[in-house]
Amino acid sequence: MKRLSTIAFTSVVALTAAVSAAQADKLTLYCSAQEDWCQLMARSFEDATGIDVNMTRKSSGETFAQIKAESANPKGDVWWGGTGDPHLQAAEEGLTAAYVSPMRDQLHDWAISQATSAGDKTIGIYSGALGYGYNTELLAANNLPEPACWKDLLKPEYKGHVQMANPNSSGTAYTTLASMVQIFGEDEGFEFMKGLHANINQYTKSGSAPIKAAGRGENTIGIVFMHDAVKQAVSGFPVNVVAPCEGTGYEIGSMSIIDGARNMDEAKQFYDWALSTDAQNLALEVNAFQVPSNKGAETSPSAPDMSTIKLIDYDFKTYGSSDERKRLLQKWDEDVSTLPQ
Amino acid sequence: MIFWIIAGWAGLLILPWYGVEDGFFALEWLFDGYPLDEDYAPAAFLIGQGEKLWLTPLLLPLLTPFLALRLKKSDPNYARLLILSGAFGFGWLIAQGFGIGIRGFTFEWLTALFGDLEDRQFGMGYGALLVASAFLFLFTQGIAARGAINGDVFVVSAIGGVIVIVTTFVFFPIAKMLLAAFITEEGGYSATVFAAKFFDDRLWGIGCLSGGRCGAAWNSLILAILVGLITTVLGLVFALVVTRSGFRYKRALRALTVLPIITPPFVIGLSLILLFGLSGSVTQFFADLFGIQPTRWLYGMPGVLIAQTLAFTPIAFLVLIGVVEGVSPSMEEAAQTLRANRWQTFRTVSLPLMRPGLANAFLLGFIESMADFGNPLVLGGNFDVLSTEIFFAIVGAQYDQGRAAVLAMVLLFFTLSAFYAQRIWLGKKSYTTVSGKGDAGVHPLMPKGLAVPVFVAAGLWGLFTVVVYSMILYGSVVELWGVNNTLTFKHYITAFSVRFEDSGIRWTGAAWDSFWTTIYIAAAAAPLTAIVGLVTAYLLTRQSFAGKNAFEFGTMLSFAIPGTVIGVSYILAFNVPPIEITGTGIILIVSFIFRNMPVGVRAGIASMSQLDKSLDESSLTLGANSWQTFRKIILPLLRPAILAALVYSFVRAMTAISAVIFLVSAEYDMATSYIIGRVENNDYGLAIAYSTTLIFVMLAAVGMLQLLVGRTKIGRRTQFTAGEKA
Repeated sequence: MKRLSTIAFTSVVALTAAVSAAQADKLTLYCSAQEDWCQLMARSFEDATGIDVNMTRKSSGETFAQIKAESANPKGDVWWGGTGDPHLQAAEEGLTAAYVSPMRDQLHDWAISQATSAGDKTIGIYSGALGYGYNTELLAANNLPEPACWKDLLKPEYKGHVQMANPNSSGTAYTTLASMVQIFGEDEGFEFMKGLHANINQYTKSGSAPIKAAGRGENTIGIVFMHDAVKQAVSGFPVNVVAPCEGTGYEIGSMSIIDGARNMDEAKQFYDWALSTDAQNLALEVNAFQVPSNKGAETSPSAPDMSTIKLIDYDFKTYGSSDERKRLLQKWDEDVSTLPQ
Repeated sequence: MIFWIIAGWAGLLILPWYGVEDGFFALEWLFDGYPLDEDYAPAAFLIGQGEKLWLTPLLLPLLTPFLALRLKKSDPNYARLLILSGAFGFGWLIAQGFGIGIRGFTFEWLTALFGDLEDRQFGMGYGALLVASAFLFLFTQGIAARGAINGDVFVVSAIGGVIVIVTTFVFFPIAKMLLAAFITEEGGYSATVFAAKFFDDRLWGIGCLSGGRCGAAWNSLILAILVGLITTVLGLVFALVVTRSGFRYKRALRALTVLPIITPPFVIGLSLILLFGLSGSVTQFFADLFGIQPTRWLYGMPGVLIAQTLAFTPIAFLVLIGVVEGVSPSMEEAAQTLRANRWQTFRTVSLPLMRPGLANAFLLGFIESMADFGNPLVLGGNFDVLSTEIFFAIVGAQYDQGRAAVLAMVLLFFTLSAFYAQRIWLGKKSYTTVSGKGDAGVHPLMPKGLAVPVFVAAGLWGLFTVVVYSMILYGSVVELWGVNNTLTFKHYITAFSVRFEDSGIRWTGAAWDSFWTTIYIAAAAAPLTAIVGLVTAYLLTRQSFAGKNAFEFGTMLSFAIPGTVIGVSYILAFNVPPIEITGTGIILIVSFIFRNMPVGVRAGIASMSQLDKSLDESSLTLGANSWQTFRKIILPLLRPAILAALVYSFVRAMTAISAVIFLVSAEYDMATSYIIGRVENNDYGLAIAYSTTLIFVMLAAVGMLQLLVGRTKIGRRTQFTAGEKA
């Protein structure tokens, strides 16, 4: 009899434990960075706070589409990572909520300016400069000179050797287009895109595809974010990374709190934590070569040295707005993409 | 009927009315304030506590059927009572579901009429589901009692059930999505927006005739027709080799043809790149041999065509094998008795009798090609097709859901045209050959003139498939595919390591979570898909009722629409009450059922149109009802179709990607979305090792299903089985 009551007691305790576990704090994280980085962020936050994290990894475009579709009944709390454009777009459409973190004084200026341009609805967590990478073996096999500037890519000997993404489908390629317009001015920028068009062998759909193709030997030069090219080189592919001599644009990887988040307190807790030095140093463990936004966080030694790269003063407010985007894309569609190759 | 009345009351009195956030089957709700807590209470308790009073009218139609219990079935009041209660109950349930959402009244005119509603409600749960089914089947029983379809309760209920679920899970979300085509940037509706997006040069341009680029619509159409034709021919070739030749290694051939269907997306594309890409081994070999410059010929239409043909031939094969086996040998024997030679027999008797199979195989190949997304993404180069354009209209830098909707409409138009072309080609002829009469023949062998090219084609294609798959297997055991070819098992260990501890096995590998979820979801979806598909096929071939064509159209709809559109439309439709299932496993299962059901339907229709109606009739004459006939006569004869539906839906649930991307959640992550994440991260080895494992798991599953379902034995066709054993 005693035994029976022990069992009964234990099961009651177990049940209570199960119930209270279900009521523990939790957070739904939408993550748009690389898979292992997302996992590490989620697990480390759990360790740091005891809050259960439900993490879903999708590309930034997919996440944006999902948040938009869910806007009547939001399921996510925080959206961490991914290029800044869709974050700005989400802010513009009111899908994300404004929040001013106490961590702000620890951040680089570019991270703050990302926030101010979106009415505090997003913030920079890392940045990466645009550039290109080339397959050293293919370049040698085709007796091509090593390119060093944007304008080098226009040379006729590179015909059929350059790949970039389609700006209509990829944020990376749109950043390229907007950067060229800012570096060379609108008219000359479009002339550049036209000249480049003649050498392009394929406009890929996804932003990092050109450098992956270069890594596998399917393409010679790929225009991508430099950290993506570094990643190929570190993975063991014969890829060299180039920071173009004219200067270049960059992206700001961002983080936003979703408007109407069900776990708003936990979301803010994550937001503050993700801006801390400790959280940003996690990037070193997973081969992420972006530059962190916390001034105290370390950058990977393999990462492109930002101090040697000529960065332009990229105007995120103008070129991140949907009107300007539509205008540039339409112009590119009509003036560039229709030209014969 | 009593059953459904009780079910209705149970739904109202016992089960929680609303969806339980932590999952119904966790059963936590039982200990957490049930039955009084507002979140978990059954409807009756809610009303009893004076909450959610708009549910009160549901009591009335649950009471009235009791009156019908005392009446005779032939009494017109019996039917009237059931129809009225069912219709009112069901209608009210839907009306309140849509009228009152998470922010009070959903429509402004309701607020205007009744003032602000303080209360709100979440998605419906199992209680509501049960009550809804009760109303639905009370309604169909009423209809049957009035004499529809000879008063056949089973058939009327089946029709009603299928209509309701197809409407809920196909028409409703798709309509919600397609409406976006007419929405302007300001949120209003306008036809000019549609026109502007529709008459776009990127869609309809014909620049390729003059050396430029063609629009995505033309590209898709031409590609789909080619893929449809080639896969049908190859499918027929394999079906003939298996059924009408003395070929020894049929089992191996069968397995080989099924391989591509069980391959996760991207893998075939990657392997083709390693073979035929710019730096591919075959390309390099020929470039060295002939001293020519290697080219990027693979990227574009040729690559997509090869990959899709590889991937979709098995579908044609699965459809055709049933049909080719099903052609009754008596017909062919009759032809031979009349002194037709083998060639004449094949051309004038066997081939025409296979027409339903050929037409269905082509249709499936066409539709699959139209909706395929993975292969064009990897191999498409500058060859734009509708499915990729749609995906990037939604997730790309444009964020143009309207454009996606327009493109989806174009795609839908093509598939529907193909669907109708197939109907016209088949015409009203009869393809019935299996009848109740004695059927004791064996299939004649193929004519010689046909056998040679068939064997050559099958052999070449088989060889090609073997090479492609050896590449895949090889890719999973090397350090870094294409760069560092040191052999290693580390990818398998990272993905699938296990540790044995005192407390049991610990699944420490990175892939286990998504692996078990995938198996669980696929195993749940497959039988449901087969059931829904075959019941639908049965209704379509064996019963006639008003609106049958629209009904058939509806069942094909979800298959014809690319997964991306389905994914987004499911979020739009099922993220808010009354049906709130995003983030659960249910939404994945449901999406798989309705995406893959059409294959079950097509296979079922193709097989059933060969079974003579006299079989059903004799069964009915002997006093069986239509349910018994379906179960005892039709089902056993449908084994090939059942197998096709089960295998296909299981496998597709494990390999589908485009819809899944939007529907996976942290708790329910699927293998394919995990693999894609790995590919994006350059972990080719891990991705391929995972894919290879999935391939073997699916092979095992397919084998098991084959054993479970068993083979149809029509007649004594033992000629070749003896050869197999030898």
